[in-house]
Amino acid sequence: MTPVIKKTEAKTNGKPFKVIGQRVIRPDGVDKVTGRAQYGADVILPGLLYGKVLRSPHAHARILSIDTSAAEKLPGVKAVITGKDLKPAEDKVAKSGESSVNYSYLSQNVLAQDKVLYHGHPVAAVAATSIHIAEEALALIKVEYEVLPPVLNVLDAMKDDAPILLPNLRTKELGEVVSDKPTNIASHEQHARGDLAVGFAEADVIVEREFHTNTVHQGYIEPQNGTALWNADGQITVWTSTQGAWDQRRDLSEILHVPLSQIRVIPMEIGGGFGGKFPVYLEPLAALLSLKSGHRPVKMWMQRDEVLKATGPTSASVIRVKMGARKDGKITAAQAWLAYEAGAFPGSPVGAGMGVIFAPYKLDNVQIDGYDVVVNKPAAKAYRAPGGTNAAFAGETVIDELAEKLGMDPITFRRINAAKEGDRRADGPIYGRIGFIETLDAIEKHPHYHAPLPEPRAPYMKVGRGVACGFWYNWDGKSSASAVVNPDGTVSYLEGSTDIGGTRASLAMMLAETLGIHYEDVKPMVGDTQTVGYNDGTGGSRTTYGSGMAAYHLGKEIIREMKQRAAVLWEVPADDINVEGDVYSYGEKRITFKELCAKLDETGGPMSVSVSLDTKGAIPALATHVVDVEVDTETGKVNILRYTAAQDVGRAIHPSYVEGQIHGGVAQGIGWALNEEYYYDKDGHLMNASLLDYRMPTALDLPMIEAVIVEVPNPNHPFGVKGVGEVPIVPPAAAIANAIYRATGVRMTVLPMNPKNVLQALGKI
Amino acid sequence: MQAFSYVSARTLSEAADILAREGDQAKCLSGGTDLIVFLREGRRSAKVVVDVKGIPELNQLGYSPKEGLTIGAAVPLHRIYNDAHVIEHYPGLIDAATLIGGIAIQGRATLGGNVCTASPAGDSIPILIAYETTCIVASRNVTKAIPLEKFFVGPGRTVLQPGELLVALKLPPPKPNSGAAYLRFIPRNEMDIAVTSAGAMVVLDEDKRRFVGARLALGAVAPTPLFVPEAGAALTGQPVSDEAIEAAARAAQAAARPITDMRGSAEQRKHLSYVMTKRALLRAIERARGG
Repeated sequence: MTPVIKKTEAKTNGKPFKVIGQRVIRPDGVDKVTGRAQYGADVILPGLLYGKVLRSPHAHARILSIDTSAAEKLPGVKAVITGKDLKPAEDKVAKSGESSVNYSYLSQNVLAQDKVLYHGHPVAAVAATSIHIAEEALALIKVEYEVLPPVLNVLDAMKDDAPILLPNLRTKELGEVVSDKPTNIASHEQHARGDLAVGFAEADVIVEREFHTNTVHQGYIEPQNGTALWNADGQITVWTSTQGAWDQRRDLSEILHVPLSQIRVIPMEIGGGFGGKFPVYLEPLAALLSLKSGHRPVKMWMQRDEVLKATGPTSASVIRVKMGARKDGKITAAQAWLAYEAGAFPGSPVGAGMGVIFAPYKLDNVQIDGYDVVVNKPAAKAYRAPGGTNAAFAGETVIDELAEKLGMDPITFRRINAAKEGDRRADGPIYGRIGFIETLDAIEKHPHYHAPLPEPRAPYMKVGRGVACGFWYNWDGKSSASAVVNPDGTVSYLEGSTDIGGTRASLAMMLAETLGIHYEDVKPMVGDTQTVGYNDGTGGSRTTYGSGMAAYHLGKEIIREMKQRAAVLWEVPADDINVEGDVYSYGEKRITFKELCAKLDETGGPMSVSVSLDTKGAIPALATHVVDVEVDTETGKVNILRYTAAQDVGRAIHPSYVEGQIHGGVAQGIGWALNEEYYYDKDGHLMNASLLDYRMPTALDLPMIEAVIVEVPNPNHPFGVKGVGEVPIVPPAAAIANAIYRATGVRMTVLPMNPKNVLQALGKI
Repeated sequence: MQAFSYVSARTLSEAADILAREGDQAKCLSGGTDLIVFLREGRRSAKVVVDVKGIPELNQLGYSPKEGLTIGAAVPLHRIYNDAHVIEHYPGLIDAATLIGGIAIQGRATLGGNVCTASPAGDSIPILIAYETTCIVASRNVTKAIPLEKFFVGPGRTVLQPGELLVALKLPPPKPNSGAAYLRFIPRNEMDIAVTSAGAMVVLDEDKRRFVGARLALGAVAPTPLFVPEAGAALTGQPVSDEAIEAAARAAQAAARPITDMRGSAEQRKHLSYVMTKRALLRAIERARGG
């Protein structure tokens, strides 16, 4: 069992929780382990057609012509669409999950218009009576391209003479367009405070380094899929794997030029998302094919190579960091320059990376510049703490080096500079009750931090231990929920957050806790855009916070109604009824929640309630990780020997799922750190578009990951919740780099730290 | 995926007849762990798929101290690594057979298929070359024997002509005081393709102090699996010493002519040729000495 370090009690009026903190059984468990759970791939409808996408073989080309006539004539083909079938969407920006979306770009990403901008960019789509016919039809579509030179990394793309992807793009310089020169630099943002020159003059040591990181993918196991029916009455129904059903509804409305009310998005069970299942890819194509085929439902799903080539990985980046510190350990100045690849369309998470890079520390003199740059790769989309891992890799490596140069323990050095409640972040906001120092304490006190390193297994093996910290913003956002109170004393609970990490269980737990009833008496299910009120997506580490808040307020509404029923029963004023757990009382009269439910009919009839909230008050998550590595200095291979991650979670509603989030984030962070990368040839073809050659860690590549739950409750949440899902992916790359340094004496400044790059750093090749 | 005809051949002559008739549009299926994937992905095409699993000659697995080991081309890996003779006499083959795929794949996949797929990184091939394996190839009229190191022409290409099929692999009986080992380098700990691999077989003298002979082959460092006679020559007659092993490893490094691709760079593979040769030789020597 994982140790739980409790800091302070949340607002429980001194009473212990009945449900919260238990490791209850998830309500979706039986269906998932027996294979009954309905995923997008399980959608079968009468008259179903199968859709496939024709994709660009080039990284950058002009489309001169598309001839679909032969494909249309193939027996079994019911519809073929190209960019001409997609009316351009409006050039406007909306928030989508943790990032934003420009509909014009989103539409062009779904189906290319005059240009293709990356290997795998959709050019046409076909619907046929079988998937094999659809595949055959793709081979009959003739596309004439004028191949253009591609630009494949951020520094090349920023050059004055770089090939231009989007002719109308102009740089937004601190929010303003100041030049009419075509460019690949979509924006330059800056955060600055204090005086860098003064800060660096005061420093006793200064460290300056440049870091390069590669494109990586979320690696969710379930590929994108979508089934759409554009009915003869104009109503569109979409069954899909999505983190944000309402985001999808809005995106479909904008891309297809159809009012929101005519679109219903039904989120199926989801096989992983990590941010990558916010955007639409296949859904608009399936809808258009449905319309064009005479209102037949069309089902589409991607193969793995399509997922890797043409969904939204996260950015490759170049990051320069310069920091100075005094002998007493105080950081006097910090400067960062971040350039992130956005892929084919603007929208990299550079802004988030700018916020993450120095966030754990209180800084007086700081400047952070960030550039969002388009290149001929798929459009970058959110990936768990978007932009955070690479930023922390740079920032935390330099922090480690400063500590080393000052002869200080890396945790002591960080504690001297640690941000606390009331400190202002470099990007502006003032911290609420964060628990950063508490995570440093947790690691410092943990046996792992003091255990001797294992003896190397061979003379060429070196072992080392590294530490790194991480920050993530956490989001609150909008959540709705509704409930039906049943005569048998149970509550049917309809929520609208796609359940990725066990949220049906954790939300039901919070509703049960509020009502004072058993967890098993709450029956949760996930609704769709037509059955429950608006919900922001499952992302930004918001669901347990925001939808948990909705669960709490829903419970309070039910209690208010139940008091009125008791009041009717006893003919007393509702306001005078006392509620203690599941017991409603007035003087000597007492009735339990369950007993009162049995009397619904005689006290006013059936009962249902709903709430819709725009929640506020999320507080960032901070984490401290420690890792032991073994480096084979002859092959460059790094093995992870031991990993411990301490994280301030506010309140662990369901500790197993909190640990699961920490394990998962660390696992993905290890993958990003060690082997995952997009490998393009010089012409911009993605050469490793398979899970064989896109090397995510397997179970054999990961150690047991120990999650140390630190609870510093969020005073803004009824149960003290802080988001937990994203921050665990932030420190791993830096922690591993610092461990490799301690093992070998070599600073890694490149991700991934794969055998080739480690051998290079060691000077062996 | 394109439709194709499927024939389950019962005799060698039936299979040879179909192959002769259909030429390169007929493909042999044994385990199918490569072929089916290739057909699905459009990397190979076939009008006829000839299932050879039902042919007795392709299913033999036998050992005799005089003849050595015969492995039918359709014998799945699990039979090979569970075979008492293979375990006793060819431990280097166990190294390779147990790391190709997982349990499910090993239930189907065959060494014959691994050889005929002719990947430069094929995991069984370097150790089979080190063991001096001969390929028995049949067509309608002729049966011939080809040394394995001469079987490959390029990536995915072998000397097999339309109408020919691989029947069996023959490994000579192990020499006294010999040992062999196969090692591959992969960035992950599983589910990966060799960036560089080495199969080594050494024969020591009676005192086990001197090399009587040695054979070494590398994987993934040339268009075909690469036999490196220079490495064997560097060892033969030499005392078992760091210097001799170093010389053999440097010879292997010099012989490697790798490319840069998504699995590794040319410089990395050159370097790994040295490292993996050294490590495979040390393991083979350990086995020759009874370790």
